[in-house]
Amino acid sequence: MSMDAIRCPNGHVKYPTHPRCPECGEEPVETIDLSDRTGEVVTWTESTATPPGVREPNVLAFVEFDVEGTPVRALGQIADNADVETGDEVEPVYAEELREPGVGLKPADADQEWDGYRFRLSQ
Amino acid sequence: MDREVAIIGGSMTKFGQRDAWIRELLAEAGEECLTDAGVEPDAVDHVYVSNMASGEFEGQTGIMNAVAHDLGLLPAYSQRVDQTSSSGGAGMYAAWQSIKSGASDMTLLVGGEKMTHKGTGGATDIIASITHPAEYKHGVTLPSFAGMTARHYLERFDAPRESLAKVAVKNHENGTRNPKAQFQKEITEEKALESPIIADPLRLYDFCPITDGSAALMFCPVEVAEEYADDYAVVSGIGGATDTHVVHEREDPTTMGGVVDSGAEAYDMAGIGPEDVDVAELHDMFTILEFLQMEGLDFAGKGEAWKHVEEGRTAIDGDRPINTSGGLKSKGHPLGASGVAQGYEIYEQLVGEAGERQVDAETGLACNVGGFGNCVITTIMEAR
Repeated sequence: MSMDAIRCPNGHVKYPTHPRCPECGEEPVETIDLSDRTGEVVTWTESTATPPGVREPNVLAFVEFDVEGTPVRALGQIADNADVETGDEVEPVYAEELREPGVGLKPADADQEWDGYRFRLSQ
Repeated sequence: MDREVAIIGGSMTKFGQRDAWIRELLAEAGEECLTDAGVEPDAVDHVYVSNMASGEFEGQTGIMNAVAHDLGLLPAYSQRVDQTSSSGGAGMYAAWQSIKSGASDMTLLVGGEKMTHKGTGGATDIIASITHPAEYKHGVTLPSFAGMTARHYLERFDAPRESLAKVAVKNHENGTRNPKAQFQKEITEEKALESPIIADPLRLYDFCPITDGSAALMFCPVEVAEEYADDYAVVSGIGGATDTHVVHEREDPTTMGGVVDSGAEAYDMAGIGPEDVDVAELHDMFTILEFLQMEGLDFAGKGEAWKHVEEGRTAIDGDRPINTSGGLKSKGHPLGASGVAQGYEIYEQLVGEAGERQVDAETGLACNVGGFGNCVITTIMEAR
């Protein structure tokens, strides 16, 4: 498992991956794994009304990574619903199941990964 | 063919928790619109049905066919229009195109959604299925995007939390004057600020409800409108734009690019600017969205919309009333109906049929937002 972003020939870095760069339409030339980097919380929320199969409450954050001077953001759950604040430094931590597969609208075998990375405060 | 596009009639069912299913809701608004416009069913060339998810909500698809058949519109061209929460606005765009292009001389637009039977969790999950798989797996909901955006806005622009509550208070107050609204109940700022947290810092009263309902509008060329109505509205500008599917990929979380781009297109087509807009319906699915749209449409400077609300400028007696209908907040938000219902409120304001909500307006604007700003339609209408 990795947390793949793309870089295009014009230097744009985007997460998640797309067949073409959303900013300039060029084909990506490189994949960058964000899972071993640290990022900063841009904003966050604690959601108390969650859909079927999702933990309740669910603390979520936008996290910004700095990839050699280029910012790229990701959305993710905060591990253990820990207290976070804007500006906190966090790091990705792998989780096998972010929500229960197949309980909501999407079937378990849909075009949908169910594992991925949460964020925890940097050690 | 350069035709001016007119709106000569409209209707809206009671919004709220309804026993009727989608076919009945659409037929109710559609039939009332035919009557209001004084148009016989066989005069209708095109019918567009705005709806996000009748298949997911109640297992009924093909609803454009149902509407055309039930209202006696055969053999009119029929099409369902889905653009998630902006399906209604996208229907306005389709209806406008059909008249503008000369393909149709009489177009009925009906928007509707039946949601309440799924409950909050089920409905929230259907709506959350619009997100990218990389977002969906984290259990994100549209309200959570609103919570993250609101926190960022308040922290960055040093806006008081109370200003968001004031949006809810204002729109609920307007809703008391709208007999079709889901809620006709004033709320206080204290009540809004003490309501349960849904997506911190946003609370229950920052969110629109889940709603059943339908709305309709009748479109035709101005030359035909003259035969049917003394007072009507024209669509003088309309624009549609799309922003990123993945919400966190936007450079500035407080800027909805689709609002900015669709608004600029509509202003340009109408040949007017934001200062010319007398009344507006904005997509207040969440209170914070009213600020983002006011700023995206240049009603207010960046980070300053909250001041307009604090100063009462957006109230029904302010210099530019916003959401005289009660907005999605108080009127309710049956997904596919909302953009049509926004257009209906502006139409009523322009032809002087808004009753207790009537304001002095020659030019009105409706901004219908799909997803979390993913797709946006802005429409400008003028009184004739």
